[in-house]
Amino acid sequence: MNDFSRILTWLPQLLLGARTTIVITILAVGIGLILSLFLALGKMSRIFVINKFCSAYIFFFRGTPLLMQIYFLYFGLPQFHPALTIRSAFVAAMIAYTLNSAAYLAENIRAGIQSIDKGQFEAAKTIGMSGAQTMRLVIIPQAVRRLIPPVGNEFIMMLKDVSLVAIIGLADLTKVTRAISSSSATALVYIPAMIIYLIITALFQFVFNTLEKKYSVYE
Amino acid sequence: MSIIRTEELCKNFGDLQVLQNVNLTVNSGEVVVIIGPSGAGKSTLLRSLNTLETITSGKIFIEDNLFCRAEQGVIKEEMSKEDKKAALLDMGMVFQRFNLFPNMTVKENVMAGPVHVKKTPKEEAEKRALELLEKVGLADKADAYPSRLSGGQQQRVAIARALAMQPKIMLFDEPTSALDPELVGEVLNVMKDLAAQGMTMLCVTHEMGFAREVADKVVFMADGQILEEGTPEEIFNHPKTAKAQQFLSSVL
Ligand SMILES: Nc1ncnc2c1ncn2[C@@H]1O[C@H](COP(=O)(O)OP(=O)(O)OP(=O)(O)O)[C@@H](O)[C@H]1O
Ligand SMILES: [Mg+2]
Repeated sequence: MNDFSRILTWLPQLLLGARTTIVITILAVGIGLILSLFLALGKMSRIFVINKFCSAYIFFFRGTPLLMQIYFLYFGLPQFHPALTIRSAFVAAMIAYTLNSAAYLAENIRAGIQSIDKGQFEAAKTIGMSGAQTMRLVIIPQAVRRLIPPVGNEFIMMLKDVSLVAIIGLADLTKVTRAISSSSATALVYIPAMIIYLIITALFQFVFNTLEKKYSVYE
Repeated sequence: MSIIRTEELCKNFGDLQVLQNVNLTVNSGEVVVIIGPSGAGKSTLLRSLNTLETITSGKIFIEDNLFCRAEQGVIKEEMSKEDKKAALLDMGMVFQRFNLFPNMTVKENVMAGPVHVKKTPKEEAEKRALELLEKVGLADKADAYPSRLSGGQQQRVAIARALAMQPKIMLFDEPTSALDPELVGEVLNVMKDLAAQGMTMLCVTHEMGFAREVADKVVFMADGQILEEGTPEEIFNHPKTAKAQQFLSSVL
């Protein structure tokens, strides 16, 4: 068998692994994005409890290794109380990645909102907008534009961080690649695997560049 | 009737006394122009009136009703929430740096207040926005984004946005200071039209020609205090205080 046809026979497995990688990435960053908006607003809140809770959350998830968070969630929590057992490795991974990316995204969102000129808040106030209206109609739409690059970045980072799920037994693209490599006793499989990663990255980049263009109409 | 009146208004930023016992009255239909050197507290005075700054002590009356009274940095008395909101809507504000919403078109900027705050039906708000844009000479820019406009055009949109709320008084904080000299005239013309139509206006400006021509009353401020006030003739031709004389000789 020549190299090319060997690669072809591995392809279905690799694509299956890639699917796991992509699904976890998109869901984790997608849900994380929603969660992060609340965290960011919470961290800017003047209500002491909310502010401190959100700050502590962000500090914790950015300050400890993702690998350790996954381990702890999947293997550690059940030891504290059986009710905390998460049976599905996939669900455990989703939770860990979502909570983690929310913390990183929240800091980006906060920076995005705080980079909006103070005059925008003042102008909104002088025409009578409430705080919530100001956020929804004026600040967030402008912040979204500034957030597209860092969110795109988060997707690309996450894509590669997902390779850590192997430790709780999930077969993502990296795990599948390593399995094929050891069973076939060749490093050849790394080449198509890396190409698949690059294709996914390129797709993310394309989507985010398009979004950026679309949201830049008013600049 | 006075639209705005302050009594012994004081404002501190920390230890810095920025406004000291300011007594200012703006009567209905009047154009009052505030002049004075940089750091005099002119912006702070305007911003205190519409609560962008909280006052340290003194009283503010809106249409002769107590709007708020503060002592030692604490608000002691103020209007009910609804009255306060209504009173604030009666004050339009135009900023030195325009502060248009860049994510909205010109028309959307002007419609934002009526639609989202006053709950005016969209069609009606749009019609009214187009009328106002016509009035400031920008009907053809209704669908453009602010970034595509010159500074003078942006400021005229900002005036239209404030007018869309049908205020009883317009506050202007150096509306032409951020503009290239050749764009100042178009904004001043819009302001002159407004004054001619009887709008009550309180303007901080360094445009002495405008003040002379349009003002009913000129107020000279320095070091957080009103040092002189009078007709343009009185202030410009016969300033009494040394500070006003010195300031006027440097700007005229
Ligand atoms: N948010 C703030 N915090 C602290 N000090 C401030 C603040 N805003 C204004 N000041 C100070 O208050 C004083 C008056 O400022 P203000 O902006 O009202 O002056 P102004 O008369 O409008 O001057 P200009 O002509 O330069 O606009 C200045 O000394 C200024 O440094
Ligand atoms: Mg000023």
